[in-house]
This record gives sequence, structure tokens and C-alpha cells, in this order.
Amino acid sequence: MSTAGSNSSPETGAFWPRDRAWHPPPLTPAYKTSVLRSPQRALISFSNTLSEVTGPVFGQNLFGELDNDLIHNFAKPGESAQGPRIIVHGRILDERGQGVPGVLVEFWQANAAGRYRHKKDGYLAPLDPNFGGCGRTISGVDGGYAFRTIKPGPYPWPNGVNDWRPAHIHFSIFGSGFAQRLITQMYFEGDPLIRTCPIVNGIRDPAAIEQLTAPLDLAATIPMDSMAYKFDIVLRGRRSTLFENRLEGN
Amino acid sequence: MPQMLHHLRETPSQTAGPYVHIGLTPNFAGIDGVYPADLGTAMVNGKTKGERIAIAGRVIDGAGEALRDCLVEIWQADAAGLYPSPSETRGSADPNFAGWGRCPADAATGEYRFETVKPGCVPFPDGRLQAPHVTFWIVARGINLGLNTRLYFGDEAEANAADPILSRIEHRSRVRTLIAERVGDGYRFDIRLQGPDETIFFDI
Repeated sequence: MSTAGSNSSPETGAFWPRDRAWHPPPLTPAYKTSVLRSPQRALISFSNTLSEVTGPVFGQNLFGELDNDLIHNFAKPGESAQGPRIIVHGRILDERGQGVPGVLVEFWQANAAGRYRHKKDGYLAPLDPNFGGCGRTISGVDGGYAFRTIKPGPYPWPNGVNDWRPAHIHFSIFGSGFAQRLITQMYFEGDPLIRTCPIVNGIRDPAAIEQLTAPLDLAATIPMDSMAYKFDIVLRGRRSTLFENRLEGN
Repeated sequence: MPQMLHHLRETPSQTAGPYVHIGLTPNFAGIDGVYPADLGTAMVNGKTKGERIAIAGRVIDGAGEALRDCLVEIWQADAAGLYPSPSETRGSADPNFAGWGRCPADAATGEYRFETVKPGCVPFPDGRLQAPHVTFWIVARGINLGLNTRLYFGDEAEANAADPILSRIEHRSRVRTLIAERVGDGYRFDIRLQGPDETIFFDI
């Protein structure tokens, strides 16, 4: 088993309720695709059961040497992806402020010109033959993670007649329980497109948008090689079960 | 001033977008050579205990059309009702069962499909048994926060009737949106995002 912290007791507590007003609501009409894909009935709530507080684990042996290096993991030998070289790093935390170790973090993005390697992307910007656009890593004992990539470009998308996505990197994060499962996007400090984007603006609270905006982190740069951005990700917290009654036979 | 709690806020969700396959199923997206295989495609192997079943269906939008760009993940107990997770403290799950699966919808038909085993029963926090079920998580372009629902089995009428979650659903006519009917060696489970038959989604 790869999960760091295997010497400590496993987490078995229920998750703190999700603050759905902090997330974008299902229906955000300015993001047109949400109109027919947003459930309209109230969600039904119930206390977490084992089905929610458990979750899959992924072993260290899953990872190849270049999985967290998007500059090289699709490139021909001796070549590298084009664009501004960056390091993205941060910690996977939970709402209690504790690092979440041993969780799978996956990321994907457009190339430096704003083009995805996907048959549905028709943007006229060029593909980079040395850039695939996907990577993954696992959080360390303190929840820390890092990967190397190129800064993605902004791109136009079919929504309004002239909508542009700010430069962004998609993230998929597992937690210690399946109810922590989360997908989000990281934006770059100072990008003027952040405030014009219908997808970003589905989020109501400006402070929540700030939480998705990674600052330039000069201290983590590699001189003459890579700039760096810091992006911490917070998953739902979970209750401590220390003083909770255990039912007989449970 | 009392002390500060120092709690953090959960990172806000953003849509998985139309290119989710690049990140989560790159081989499916035609990006070969980065990973040997896409994660979550094999939940069982030759030694897995339990009844082999297939679960298949589509995710359908408010205009009645299948989403051909969505991605579905499932999480379930093994045939004995144990989860392959460190948070499972009742025993050890079948080492030949992953419990977790990931499947992109077929680009032409929107169909998803999992080859798995029928899960055993898992207790509710109060000790009552839940009916066998599979947890679903659905992401796609246009879905701002991943959707959670559950599949229950149509041939488990007695267990479903006693299930602590199904039995508390106020609008009884909606319960059937969570029930997968048996078709051949598998179960059919369509998920409707809107309309009179909108699937029940959970706030877990």
C-alpha cells in the first residue's frame, strides 16, 4: 500500500457538509451548456455511510518517471514541448488544514498556443508535436505535489460570439474518501481574462475565484530554467471519530 | 475575541470541460505512450470473487439526448460488502477487486459500460443494512460540480424496500430513477439530468 501515513489510524469520519454556495451552482446560463445539463430538483441529503467515507488508493508503482513532466512525457527523445517552462506546486489539504497524503492528482491542459490535442478542438492554433497535455502525480506525506509543464495559452471557445478562456490547467483530485472527489481549474495570477469568463463567473463569491488563482512563486523558480506557480487545493474536511459512540455490532 | 478556528474553504469546483479525456483517459483520447493504460478500465480479473455483471447506460440531457462527452466513475463494495480502502475497518476486501471504475461515454452513442461484480451489503451508520448499491460520479462539459447518485438493483426488491436511504425518499415515484433493471447478464442504468424522470442526485 502506498498511502503515506500508513502508520497512523485510517480516516473513517464523515465529511463536513459541502458548502454548495461556494461552488458554482448547476445552472449558470451564461455558460450555455449548463442549461440542459443542470439538474433542477433539490438534491437529497443523507449522512455519510461507508460508501462515501471510503475511497480507492493508487500505488506508487503506478507512476512512470515522466508522469509529472508534461514538457517531456509526450516529446520525442531529446526534444521538449514549446512554451514558457513552469513548475506548478502546492499541497493537497483538507478543510481542517491537514495535508492529505497519498492521493492521485491528475492534470490536463492546452499547449502554449491554446490548442488541445483532442479531435474536438478545432482552434486554428497549431498542435505542438512534442506536447500531449496530460500528467499525474501522487501527494507526499505532507500533501505536497509538484509537476513541470509549459504555461498553456488562452483560447476562444464557442459560447458567446467572442468568448475566450483564461489560461488554465484542469485538475482532478481524489481524497481519502470518494465524497471528496473534485475536479477544478487553476488560473494564473494577473490574467485579465479570468474576470470575463462565463465558466469562472459561475462562481458567485470573488474570494472563491481568488482561491482558483495561482500566484507566481519566485522562490520556487529554477534560475535560467522554469518559472513557478503555487496552487494549494483544499478537499472537504472530515470529522474525527475519537469520541463518537460505536454501535454494537458495527 | 475568541481564538480563530483556522478552517479552510473547499476549493471551488469547475467543469471538467470537453477535453476531460485528455487528462483522465488519454489513451481513449488517442494520446498514446504517456501511460501504459487508462486508469479504471479493469475492475475485475480472473480471480475476483462474486457474480460477474455488466452495468451500462447513458447520461441524458434535458433535450433527451445522450451526453457523448461525459465521464462516469463508480465506487462499490466487493461481493462480500467490503471496500478496498484504508477507511474500511471491518475486514479486508477481495484483493482481486478494484472497487473503482472509470469510463468515458462512447463518442458516437454516449454509452458507458462497466464490467464488475454485484456488490454485497454495506451497513448504514446506525447498523441497519443498506441494499446493494453502486456510487456514481458524473462529470462533463456543462456540469459545474460533479454529480453524485447511486445505482440500486431491480432484482433486490426486498433489500431495496428496507434500505435506509431509499425508504426516506419523500416522492416515491422518483425512487425508480435509482433502480437498474436486469437485462441479460447485466443492468441498464440511464441517468437523466432533467425532466419528469430526472434522476435523484445526492448531496453526500
